[in-house]
Amino acid sequence: MAYSDKVLDHYENPRNVGKMDDNDVNVGTGMVGAPACGDVMRLQIKVDENGVIEDAKFKTYGCGSAIASSSLLTEWVKGRSLDEATLIKNKDIADELGLPPVKIHCSVLAEDAIKAAIEDVKQKRKG
Amino acid sequence: MQFPIYLDYSATTPVDPRVAAKMAECLTLEANFGNPASRSHMFGWKAEEAVETARRQVADLINCDPREIVWTSGATEADNLAIKGAAHFYVKKGKHIVTSKIEHKAVLDSCRQLEREGYEVTYLDPTEAGLITPEAVAAAIRPDTILVSLMHVNNEIGVINDIAAIGKVTREHKVIFHVDAAQSTGKIDIDMEEMQVDLMSLTAHKTYGPKGIGALYVRRKPRVRIEPQMHGGGHERGMRSGTLATHQIVGMGEAYRIAKEEMHAENARVLGLRNRLLEGFKDMEEVFVNGDADHRVAGNLNISFNFVEGESLMMALRDLAVSSGSACTSASLEPSYVLRAIGLNDELAHSSLRMTIGRFTTEEEIDFAIEKIREAVGKLRELSPLWDMHKDGIDLSQVKWAAH
Repeated sequence: MAYSDKVLDHYENPRNVGKMDDNDVNVGTGMVGAPACGDVMRLQIKVDENGVIEDAKFKTYGCGSAIASSSLLTEWVKGRSLDEATLIKNKDIADELGLPPVKIHCSVLAEDAIKAAIEDVKQKRKG
Repeated sequence: MQFPIYLDYSATTPVDPRVAAKMAECLTLEANFGNPASRSHMFGWKAEEAVETARRQVADLINCDPREIVWTSGATEADNLAIKGAAHFYVKKGKHIVTSKIEHKAVLDSCRQLEREGYEVTYLDPTEAGLITPEAVAAAIRPDTILVSLMHVNNEIGVINDIAAIGKVTREHKVIFHVDAAQSTGKIDIDMEEMQVDLMSLTAHKTYGPKGIGALYVRRKPRVRIEPQMHGGGHERGMRSGTLATHQIVGMGEAYRIAKEEMHAENARVLGLRNRLLEGFKDMEEVFVNGDADHRVAGNLNISFNFVEGESLMMALRDLAVSSGSACTSASLEPSYVLRAIGLNDELAHSSLRMTIGRFTTEEEIDFAIEKIREAVGKLRELSPLWDMHKDGIDLSQVKWAAH
């Protein structure tokens, strides 16, 4: 399969790889996918007092497109408010990375991951 | 070293230069270009002679009578001809067929077609080692069973079925036994005097011959009948019509001649390389060999690096030509049906890599492959949330995943 240069770049130099403390009330974690399907993404965001995402980290088990989708997403969400981050659509990711139709599910997974992370941090802060 | 390094000899092999030279002698005006079916002139006679020499060379490798060899376009056609041909011929005896869940698609899809025609097919489960036992075959045979079709060597995991023992069972029950030997010629000894096999599919391109040529062995004693699937000029004793491709056939003959002569020395060398490859991963955690370790052809290593997804691994291994059992190599999300059938969980099936070694593989290439794979697995595990969880002592089978 031919990968776009952007996918290759994110795969070879993934941005923001890592793990944040899930016990931190300002950290939201979105873990989506399943090993059975061949991809699992863990996306974490850290939110400051103004509700702006100040840091993002990911780890992904999956194909190159899944790794690239989550890596790109961590770059995009930094500096955005939670509400702005919810506006990111899978199509934006797929278009930016030039994903072929069989890899669209990777971008869908990334969208699911950020939504889950946002939901998680909102719940935590409420609690 | 030439990059990428070819470690996919089970997919296909390069043509041996000695084979290519023989083939080139059968193409142009000055050479042996005639139609082997032309009876009225020298061109035809010479081509026929070349075809019959090749037929003997193919027969020699599996120790059978040359008259038992029917040329086809490859193993897929041979599988179709054997399975549909036997099922159609013996339909009055019954409509039940036995095969296994880990056969090649050419066998499985031929069986599916027969199901659509009203036949009934039993798909045997392999053992965890990937083998079909004679006992399992015996238990599946019914009074209306007409055909058992099993592979000699599995294409993904390289395990070897005990064909001689299964042949005893089928012969005892008077059931036709078809064996797909696409992956075994030149890798293990095949002796049709010893094996009670009725039909055997062969191909050239996995044994350093050209693509587009294969053969079906059809036993003469006791005589086995098949209905032709290709109708026409009545070539190959009516079993497979179509002008014989002299250059392809000559190529297959030469490839099989070389195999017979060199296979024992070659397989010893290849086994040494595979052991070296496996040794290179010995100290790594969570690495598993898929399929039986002992009943296995020398060149095959199918291995799972847990918590690393196969396609991303192959992406890091662009200097190596290998294949993966991961879903992402196909359009579906299902991982390899062979690995699933031998009981691998999804993670391990997705994490598998098939490396197959052959005639032109060198020690230097194996050492390079080990280094690249170790580096890639290390990098991808650092990226893997599953590896993190494993390191934290979480049992992944207990996690509730949101499947998509």
